[in-house]
This record gives sequence, C-alpha cells and structure tokens, in this order.
Amino acid sequence: MTIATRAAIRFGTGLSPVLAPPADAGAMIDALAGPDDAQARFPVAGLAEIWPLIAELAAARRARKAVEEGGAARYKQVTSAIKDMQLAGLRARLMRAVRTRDGFRERLTWFWADHFTVRAKNVRFRAGPATYVEEAIRPHVGGRFADMLRAAAIHPVMLTYLDQNNSIGPMSPAGLRRSRGLNENLAREILELHTLGVGARFTQADVTEFAELLTGLTFTVDDGFRFRPRWAEPGAEHVLGKRYGGDRRASADDIFAALDDIARAPATAAHLARKLAVHFVSDDPDPGLVAAMTDAYMAHDGELARVYEAMLAHPAAWENPGAKARQPFEFIAASLRALGTSETRLAALKKGEIKRLILRPLARMGQPYEEPPGPDGWPEAADAWITPPALAERISWAMHVKALHGAPLPAPRAFARAALGPEVSDDLVAAVRMAESKRAGVGIVLASPAFNRR
Amino acid sequence: MPRNTALSRRHFLRTGAALGCSAAAAPLMTRVTFAAVPGDNRLVVIILRGAMDGLDVVRPVGDPAFAALRGADLAGKKPGPDLDGFFALHPALAELMPMWRTGTLGFAHAVATPYRNKRSHFDGQDILEAGSGHDVPDNQMRDGWLNRLIGALPGTTSETAYAIGLDQLKVISGAAPVRQWSPDARVDLDAQSRRLLERLYEGDPLFHAAGNTAFDLADHVPGDDMSGAGKKRGPTPARLAAYAADRLREETRIAAFSINGWDTHRNQRAVLGDQLEALAATLTTLETGLGPEIWAKTTVLAMTEFGRTVRANGTGGTDHGTGGAMLLAGGTVRGGRVFGDWPGLDESALYEGRDLLPTRDVRAFAAWAMRGLYGIDQGLLEGTVFPGLDMGDNPGVLI
Repeated sequence: MTIATRAAIRFGTGLSPVLAPPADAGAMIDALAGPDDAQARFPVAGLAEIWPLIAELAAARRARKAVEEGGAARYKQVTSAIKDMQLAGLRARLMRAVRTRDGFRERLTWFWADHFTVRAKNVRFRAGPATYVEEAIRPHVGGRFADMLRAAAIHPVMLTYLDQNNSIGPMSPAGLRRSRGLNENLAREILELHTLGVGARFTQADVTEFAELLTGLTFTVDDGFRFRPRWAEPGAEHVLGKRYGGDRRASADDIFAALDDIARAPATAAHLARKLAVHFVSDDPDPGLVAAMTDAYMAHDGELARVYEAMLAHPAAWENPGAKARQPFEFIAASLRALGTSETRLAALKKGEIKRLILRPLARMGQPYEEPPGPDGWPEAADAWITPPALAERISWAMHVKALHGAPLPAPRAFARAALGPEVSDDLVAAVRMAESKRAGVGIVLASPAFNRR
Repeated sequence: MPRNTALSRRHFLRTGAALGCSAAAAPLMTRVTFAAVPGDNRLVVIILRGAMDGLDVVRPVGDPAFAALRGADLAGKKPGPDLDGFFALHPALAELMPMWRTGTLGFAHAVATPYRNKRSHFDGQDILEAGSGHDVPDNQMRDGWLNRLIGALPGTTSETAYAIGLDQLKVISGAAPVRQWSPDARVDLDAQSRRLLERLYEGDPLFHAAGNTAFDLADHVPGDDMSGAGKKRGPTPARLAAYAADRLREETRIAAFSINGWDTHRNQRAVLGDQLEALAATLTTLETGLGPEIWAKTTVLAMTEFGRTVRANGTGGTDHGTGGAMLLAGGTVRGGRVFGDWPGLDESALYEGRDLLPTRDVRAFAAWAMRGLYGIDQGLLEGTVFPGLDMGDNPGVLI
C-alpha cells in the first residue's frame, strides 16, 4: 500500500476518485498549517446564531405556558428551527469530510471533539455541539493544547454539559445568599479525561479544590462566556500541590493559570500522546511511537503539530494497516467520498432523507449522532464497533447506498480501486466480479473488512 | 444509627478489596455438573451506567441524619412508598410495589465494588464488569464476570447467552460464546451478496464472528418491525427487556443489557425520576414478557458502578460517591426486604466524610445468587468468576 493511500485511509477521511490524497506526511502537516478551506466552504453556525434561538425558546415557553394565542405554534416553530440548525451542522460536517483535500484536519477535529466530548442535554443546546467544535476545538487542532483546553473548558456548551455553569462556591457571596454550592463534574473530568488521565496521581482533594477554583465560570445569553467573581469560592485553592488565587479578588486568570500548568504536566503529555496513537494507529500502540510523541509534546510546550509530526515520522505509525475500525460516521463519510457523491446532492438532502439514510443508520451502527455515551466519548476498540447488530447495519446501509448517493453508481470493479487504492485485494475484486448487480458490487466493497478498517 | 449487627466487614470496605488472592493463584476453571444443563433458571444482568444514587432510590427515611442531608429540593416532598418502616422507595418506582409485596423485588444497600477513591465512572464500570478486585491490573481485565460464569456452565450453546442492544457490554464479553443482537437490527441483502460477504469475512476473525451471528440471527430471530418510526436513538430499555424476554422464553438462559443516564449532577429530581420510570418499565416488561412460569425461575440483578455523595451538591444533584444500592428481582428472589448492614449516616459513619460507607462487596450478592441459581462451587466463584472475592455468609437472597 502506498504512503498516499495509507495517509488517506489511516489519517484522513478516505480515498476519492476526484480528490488526490496527500503525497506524504509533510504534505499533511503543511495543509494543517495552511488555511482551513473546508471550514470556509461549508460553514457551521456559531453561538451568535444560537443565542437568539435560545431567547426565543424561552419566550415561546412562557407564551405557551400562559396559553397565549399561537404560543404552542411558536414553541414548535423555534424548536424545529433549532433542530434544523443541528442538521445543518451534520450536513457541513459530512460535506467537509467528503470534499476536503485536508482530511487529516477533519480527523483531528473529530478526535479532539471526542476527547473534549460534549452533548446537548435538551433542545436548548441541540445545535450546540457542532458550534462548540467549531469555536473551541477546530481552531486549535494544529495549535497549542493549552489553548484548546482553555477554549473547551470555558465554552458555554461544555459549561452546560458538565454542569459548571451552576457550580457556586459555598462560601462565596452568591453561595451564602442562595444556599447553592459546588458541582464537581467538570473539575473531575478535566483531570481524569481531558488532561492528566485517570491513572495519574491526583486525589479527591485535588478534585474538590479544583472544583472550588473553577467556580465563577459561567455564561449569559447576552455575553456568552462570563466569569462571576461573586460566585467564586474565596481564598486560595491547592491543586496538584500548587496554590492558586487567594491574594486578590477572584479572577478567571487564576483558573487559566491552573489549566496552563495542568496542560504542561508530563502526565498530560503521555496521556494525550497515547490517546492519539490509539486513535490513529492501533489499540495497542508501539511504546516507542508513544514515547516519541510524548517527548515532542514536552519539548515544544504542547504544540500539537509537533506531536503529529513525531507520530507521522515514526515507522510504527505506518505499519500494520487495518488495525483499527472506521467509526460509523467516518464509515458513512468515507463511503460517500469514495463514491464521489456530489456537493449538490449533499446540499440538497432533505430532512427526511437525513433521518432515514444517516441518523437512523448511525444509531443502529452504534453511534447515535452527537449522543456519545458519556464524557469519555466513543469507544476506540475495533470490536466495540464490529458487533453483530452494528455490522448488520453497515451491510444493509451499504447495499442501499444509492438512495443517499443520489446518482448512478460507478462500475463496481473501478469502485473497489477508487475506494481502496490500486492495491485492492484479489479476493475482494473476485467477490465484486461475482456480484449480481452494480448495487450489490458496490455494497460488497463498502461492507468488506478492508473498507471498514483503517 | 447502625440498624443491624456489628459492621463485621467494615475494615475490608474502608480499604477496598483484600489484596491477597490473585487471579493467577485461582484454581483452573472446572466445569460443574448439573442435573439439567445448563439448567432452567434465567439470569438477567442490567448495568446501570452513570452511578445510580442508591440513597435516593431506596431512601433510609428512618435514619435520623437522612432528612438533613437530603432536602426536598432533591427528594421531592413525597417520601415514596414505605418498604419496611426504615426504607422508603423512590416514588417513580411505585409501579414496582406489587413486586415488592409479593416478594419478587428486593434491594441490597450500602454495597460497592472494591473500587475506591478516584470515583471515575469509566474505571468504576470496568471494575464492576470485570468483577475483579484491585489485584488484577486494569489492562488485564479483558473479560467480564458474567462471561466467566457462562464459561463455567456445562452444555451451553450459541443461544445460551445474549448481550442485548448496541452498547459495549464488557460484563458479558470474553472467551465464552455470547451473542449480541439489538431488537432494531436488520440484515437487508440478497442471497448471493451474503455468500460473497461470508467468504470475504472468513479471512478476518472479527468480521467472521460478527457476520456469522448477524446472518444467523437475521434468518432465525424475528426483529422489530423495520418500517417503524424513525428513531435516531437506539432502542429504549423496555424494548431491550422485551427482546430479552423473547430470547429467555426460548433456549437462552442468561441475558445482559445496560441502561445509561444515571449521572445526576444536576436536577436530580427530574432526571432520576425519568430514569427510574424507565427502570420500572424494564422490570415490568420482563415480568410480563416472560410470563409467570418463567418469571418464577428468573433472577434480575441491576448494578451500578458506585453510589453518590450523601449530601446534595450545590446544583440540585449529587456528585460521585462510593456505597450504593443494587436491585434484585424475579421469582427466585427472596424479596420484600433490603439486604445489607446499614452503616448509618452520621458524620462519623461516612466514607471519607462524604459518601455512604459500603459494608459489603456488591459482588458477594451476585455470587450468592449464582451459587443458588446454578449450584456453582464457591471456590470457582471466589477464584475465577470474582477473583479475590470473599463471599462471606450467605445473605439468602434467593428462596
């Protein structure tokens, strides 16, 4: 398998008959350093577009409750506008993956979005996850980890998901007056999942003190992120042996200082390096590969591009192809990319089609859209994805892909090469040749182990 | 206010698992002989992911410290149906009171796995499902305790055990054969394509195993009506239970599935209420779906990774804790009672000043249930199914 084929399949969103894969690791790193074309071509709504809908939702709820005329209709209208915005986010995400020349950036965005998982708890922030990824994750995938950590930790969608926006220092002015208090959720997950990792040395006391330090992080519909000193627990907090705040009025800078320190910790470097290697290369990655990535992280103050460079420069990153399974969204995107599904078709997908041909299949493949099982995100192991019911759905979806492709299917043998590269196996070519129809031939390629692995 | 006898196992539970016995030292797995193979009894294990708040589900209203720890903000104004004069049931489980009264529903309280202190959902669930203590390194916990139980049963077939739904279920995964299927799964392809895929999959063990089950089940097991409404989520817990009942009425003896969403850091009153309604529907669906004759032979164990803080947190919820509760149901269960030694909720009785002190290993209840159901040797349970477990006295959870 050529480097270019492997680069597209292992580190990108797959091969395409119309878009050339990156030539080598250098091309991938250069593309990442360049402009984000896919984002410019397929935009996603920002918080600025979500806030008015949230305000209208509240107003419509009041109107409905007061049994005002048209209140129910107004509520229905705004909730459907919010859901449409979520679907627009899905469409953009899919189109980027299908049409990009910089697939590594898409895959990195998905990886880090999963690392800093969020989920909408109700209709209010239904369009929130895509916005969060766009604002807090995507701009930083080629930058410094510390910047991404800060952006993710204070984004309103994260503050809501892990309950930080209601956590109030028990001894703060607001806490004393309202008898409200602490919520440890974000503090724990930052240490356990986002930075140090659960195996690192931290204690319940670190979690509690860190939770106290994080008090004051919140947001308003008018201003977005906001730090409220009146919510902040007074006094200094000790996190991982270091003292933060306490000398002057509480400020978000104390929190940012702690986040920066935690981002710099060797445990964080090792945790992130291993997680990247597990995601891109193997469920049980080469220790030398992980060590090289950890060293790059430490040597370059968490500059992620240097970590990726170290990964791509290591021979183990290119060995053992097919060790991982494509996750369901990736599988669907790679299928359409291999088919060369047109931009026009994807842009014209109707709501019902998205539900029938994408959302429902995603759920049955085990990856309901934007609904990860918990703050630790989606599983990595191939056997978590290739289960009997999930594989059954991949097969069934593959056999009916024409409805989503919306155009005549390609000749199956040519398609096998387009989807898997010139080195496609003889067994697969033989199977495709024996298929009874174009539809079945294309379906067999998409349902094959080779296409579902990377 | 200790309610029962002296807290004999308190030392163990303060410190986590006894570390002496390791899996490596356990005797080799031996098959056990039964009159009927693999027996007629049914076992359903439900993993409640996210840490169910045992104190809110089975409320120790008789403990003088309870009311002050849990305001109406959390628990609501109604105490819920009385269970035994000391505990009351969460009102959202009121539908299960007929089971309680007929003795087919019980609980074990103040229980925990040997997992302590980090309070991570994911590690907590891994340990719950592996059934191990701390003596087995994390990366060696590849299979689940329910799978090791299946491995110890004689006469199992490919239909004996089912993992139901789309979630990963480590508790039942492992070397012993288990089928995974979901009630809304479909296999939609022509016969020739199927043959071609089967041949392609032969070269890939993972696809071979998954494909075989999928093709086989698509032939033999009726799924739900596929033309149904477009759900973008997976099936509800009650649908999983209905499917489990369908299988358990046939050759299947063991089934597992999970219910997510118990992590109630905020707005616990509403969130937990919804969760418990779904749990109640799950159990009544199982009872109805199995019918009286098979329900009489069934044990349901619903377990969670840990409990939650005894005090409400600052946002109408609770944070990650330690001791929690387990639910037992089915015709084999000696229900109508709350098992376990109640440690009390006085400040001095709490674990690390914040959590319910676990007074017994949750695995002991599961182990005694399996001993009762399948007659499995205690050494096998303590050495292989739950390595390092001291089963202790028989709590008498089964009739």
